Amino acid sequence: MNLDLNLQVIAPALIVALSLLLVLLGEVFLPASQRRWLGYLALIGLLGAAVVAAMLWGANLSGFGKMVVADAFGLFLTLIILLGAALSVLLAFDFVRAHQLDTGEFFALVLSAVVGMIGMVTATDLIVIFLALELLSLPLYVLAAFKRADKRSLEAGLKYFLLGAFASAFFLYGIAFVFGGTGTTNLGRIAAVLGASPRSDVALVGMGLLGVGFAFKVALVPFHWWTPDVYEGAPTVVTAFMSVAVKAAAFGAFFRVFLVALPELAADWRALLAVIAVLTMTLGNVAALLQSNVKRMLAYSSIAHAGYILIALVAMGVNGAGSALFYLLAYTLTNLGAFGAVIALSDGTRERLELNDFAGVAKAQPLVAAALTILLLSLAGFPPFAGFTGKFFIFGAAVESGWAWLAVIGVLNSLISAYFYLRPVVQMYMVEPAGGWNRLRVAPFVAFVLAIAVIGVLALGIVPAPVIALASGGFLK
Amino acid sequence: MPEDYLPILAMVVVVIGFAAAALVVSAITGPRKPNPAKLSPYESGMPPFGSARRRISIRYYLTAVLFILFDIEIVFFYPWAVLFRQLGLFGLIEMAIFVAILLVGYVYVWRKGGFDWD
Amino acid sequence: MTVHHFIILSAILFSIGAVGVLLRRNPLIMFMSIELMLNAVNLAFVGFSRFLQLVDGQVFVFLILTVAAAEVAVGLAIIVAIFRARDSVDVDEVSDLKG
Repeated sequence: MNLDLNLQVIAPALIVALSLLLVLLGEVFLPASQRRWLGYLALIGLLGAAVVAAMLWGANLSGFGKMVVADAFGLFLTLIILLGAALSVLLAFDFVRAHQLDTGEFFALVLSAVVGMIGMVTATDLIVIFLALELLSLPLYVLAAFKRADKRSLEAGLKYFLLGAFASAFFLYGIAFVFGGTGTTNLGRIAAVLGASPRSDVALVGMGLLGVGFAFKVALVPFHWWTPDVYEGAPTVVTAFMSVAVKAAAFGAFFRVFLVALPELAADWRALLAVIAVLTMTLGNVAALLQSNVKRMLAYSSIAHAGYILIALVAMGVNGAGSALFYLLAYTLTNLGAFGAVIALSDGTRERLELNDFAGVAKAQPLVAAALTILLLSLAGFPPFAGFTGKFFIFGAAVESGWAWLAVIGVLNSLISAYFYLRPVVQMYMVEPAGGWNRLRVAPFVAFVLAIAVIGVLALGIVPAPVIALASGGFLK
Repeated sequence: MPEDYLPILAMVVVVIGFAAAALVVSAITGPRKPNPAKLSPYESGMPPFGSARRRISIRYYLTAVLFILFDIEIVFFYPWAVLFRQLGLFGLIEMAIFVAILLVGYVYVWRKGGFDWD
Repeated sequence: MTVHHFIILSAILFSIGAVGVLLRRNPLIMFMSIELMLNAVNLAFVGFSRFLQLVDGQVFVFLILTVAAAEVAVGLAIIVAIFRARDSVDVDEVSDLKG
């Protein structure tokens, strides 16, 4: 038997998986008072995986008979996912205690989802992508419903589960048709078959179904309606983790499948995705204008951001993929930071989720208010923050590839979004506090996450050049 | 070839014919003396009580799901067993890792009390 | 029996499942519809696999079956948790979150 395994290609995922098994065993063998260590164990696993992923950089290895690769695109996304997961774990330390959630189980589920995410962005075979997608989705269904005493959390879990499983079925049917049309599920070979043979209608149907599956997972209009309910109902830490890491993983696979396997069909998908990008940005931003709940607002905002990233896919090429990766990194830092600020401002299990809860926060918590302001400005795309440079690269890539009108609509949308991102800021600085809230102490871990997010957002905004260079490494075919 | 399936068709016809004949003959020739004991659902068993629409304990659900989870993994043993000699030591180690991961899940369920009925 | 028969049947089953998810309001029935969709996919894989004379498609069915089992476990667990919390699982009644 000669199997070209190359285990080091999946080393980051293996390390996370190993720490997952240890956390699971720790949950049942450690006394309840010691379970806090499981969070540190999870952090060590994530850090170890990040170190290994950084060591693989530049080698462009592929393994398991070209079913997984460790190319620049995959490793960059792996690092984004690990960063997002590590920051979420830090946010979760005190959150799980305050909300009385099962510590070990929580971290184990997060790690399991991370294994799936890493698999998804490094896989080059549709079946492996599907398995990774399920490995990331199943723990997230449970995490969304994790607050079993809270009916809203359970409802979020049920909705996420039903629609996620529905989307998976579409995705899988797409794989079946691509397999039927080309006789392979390997992305590189699909491209070769499609390039050599006349147009295959079966593969075209498959592409459409794959697109529907991806559209559900990254929440593109018209497959976005589950997002606000799930984001609002799920525990805030889970929402934070979902909104960034799932997006990075699903977009990673989305880009890889469409740019590596289906560039021959670009004429069929480019214009369609451009229209979807316009609808997604516009609907996300307009709906966010109408929200009074911050979690719901951030949910619609995440839909709008998916629209911006989709512009990068329409732009195609190295610039498209690179600008999307940069944007995902900026979005991960910014959004996690924003949710971190929401968690920092909560009072025990009571959270500031309505807009008028933010009244006068600047007086009580000036540092958190300043951090949240910076992060919201970055989400809105103001310079000199990461959100601005990210949008700049994406719109630049669109203009270069001849989709200038798409960039114009993107800019207009950013203008609309400034209105709702600034509303909490106005509340914090210009409205008198309503009272009834205890003077709160921000947990050190949460403060640390906020600091990282703000520093990262500033650094990416002021010196983006080295990062965009790393992000534009492209695919290994 | 379709004609290869002719014996199966003949078999199906014979089976249906035999079953139908047995039912018809016993319905025509058999004596008929019904009484309440004979008409009860389990003639020689316990008298039924309660409604069949009663809710069943949630524990059945947990046991059933755990059974399905550990049962379905057997699917992966079949191809492995067929190719066992060709895969050699490598296959044995792979399967040992696979089972070890399942074992972690098993230990977890056990320690969490998933197998306790009370 | 050509590959078309298999694929048309699988498309019919998939559509029945998809319509079931969209129209039915009981999570258990919706869930069963999703399972129907997954099995329609399995049928398509086996059909294509036979047509292309490739065994890959049949291996995928194994993987899909196990994934579906894991999905059953997670999905039923969530439905049971909701049932315990409110003694009913109708989707229309489960609607504290509104947009």
